Amino acid sequence: MATALQFPANVSTLNNYNDLYPDWTQREVSTGTTIMAVEFDGGVVIGADSRTTTGAYIANRVTDKLTPIHDRIFCCRSGSAADTQAIADAVTYQLGFHSIELDEAPLIQTAASLFRDMCYRYREELMAGIIVAGWDKRRGGQVYTVPVGGMMTRQPVSVGGSGSSYIYGYVDSNYKTGMTKEECLKFTAEALTLAMERDGSSGGVVRLAVISEQGVERQVILGNQLPKFSTV
Amino acid sequence: MATVSVCQYHPGGFSFENCKRNALLEADINKLGFSSPAARKTGTTICGVVYKDGVVLGADTRATEGMVVADKNCSKIHYISPNIYCCGAGTAADTEMTTQIISSNLELHALSTGRLPRVATANRMLKQMLFRYQGYIGAALVLGGVDCTGPHLYSIYPHGSTDKLPYVTMGSGSLAAMAVFEDRYRPNMEEEEAKRLVRDAIAAGIFNDLGSGSNIDLCVITKGKVDYLRPHDVANKKGVRTGSYRYKHGTTGVLTKAVIPLNLEVVEESVQTMDTS
Repeated sequence: MATALQFPANVSTLNNYNDLYPDWTQREVSTGTTIMAVEFDGGVVIGADSRTTTGAYIANRVTDKLTPIHDRIFCCRSGSAADTQAIADAVTYQLGFHSIELDEAPLIQTAASLFRDMCYRYREELMAGIIVAGWDKRRGGQVYTVPVGGMMTRQPVSVGGSGSSYIYGYVDSNYKTGMTKEECLKFTAEALTLAMERDGSSGGVVRLAVISEQGVERQVILGNQLPKFSTV
Repeated sequence: MATVSVCQYHPGGFSFENCKRNALLEADINKLGFSSPAARKTGTTICGVVYKDGVVLGADTRATEGMVVADKNCSKIHYISPNIYCCGAGTAADTEMTTQIISSNLELHALSTGRLPRVATANRMLKQMLFRYQGYIGAALVLGGVDCTGPHLYSIYPHGSTDKLPYVTMGSGSLAAMAVFEDRYRPNMEEEEAKRLVRDAIAAGIFNDLGSGSNIDLCVITKGKVDYLRPHDVANKKGVRTGSYRYKHGTTGVLTKAVIPLNLEVVEESVQTMDTS
């Protein structure tokens, strides 16, 4: 991976295009984002919003931030769109190769470790916050979070992205152990809706996925079908 | 795994040696009141739409250098392969060379696989190259084509992120074009309707964005056929002068006339034959 040079702040005038080219044509594409993953007995529920921004312009309002890494392993991407897409492509390749070598389905922990290795090694160059979630035979449904900096830890419930700041209280107070699949779906949808309501960089539709032994079920909740909360 | 490609293991890459010097020069020049020369950008409105039988790509034809139009009729829809074309916004040189490099590599790849190239392959090659250069290659692309799996459309950003969507716009005029798309796009349009929609989206960019102008180029790609319509619509015709502004002979009265012959001596005469072989 190419190492980026550290530029002093005053050199940014090299890219001083005039007013003909608005700010958002020069900004990097960021996934802004709210992402979330919850473990339940028998699988995981993952969810994300669908907004990708370049500055103040929404470059893609129907983004799919839930990226399949393997048959029963997904990752939720937040941070720089280019960085997370490149990392996800690289890990998908590595995990596919590893799975063929093993001749069995890979572990979620393996996938999370691959993400962690890449995110930690290139931590100065990357801006990527990733939640890895899925189901495997050894430990069932698992959620591992790999935030910016390259730490990796397993959590029963994890939120990430710029919108996550607004829902830590909601998640901490409403999460209960032993929730069913339907309760987890409702919990995730409501948390994401609240974050999208308050965070400007999150919005669009809510994408959900349930990963279990049986496979992956995906669903989309459109804007007008989102859960309603009374806003003062 | 290395694929067959022309440009691998380039030990050069970018040299950042002169950046500090350039920054100091830039500051000095600004103090004197001048501005350093700007790279030629394509300003641009480019867009693409997926319709019933394929994709329609559209682009304006203005290339700007700062506030001056450098090229009134440049071609922004680049050939990638017989079934894949790519519109480019951003730095003109970057879009031109990037699309040529990937076109060349894709041709080798197609010969190696023995199949018509897929749009997803071109997308992968472009995004991996742009990510490698961490955004220093200023190429924002709209990639579209039809392959064995159907019609596909991608938008590719300079840092290497891509989006696969049914309609995309890029460039300084992309907001104007996107407004038209968001209003009138429907899935599974007919060809004429799709061409009208793309034409109107580019026109919105041309008339509402200073960085875009001149004509509208279209490229309609279907299974087995490509219509490269350049120009599809001459939106800005050069004005015709309504009258002649030359003065008739005798307009200015001649008061006096003095003829002074200059006597020049021939000092030296030499003949140099031109090599016309």
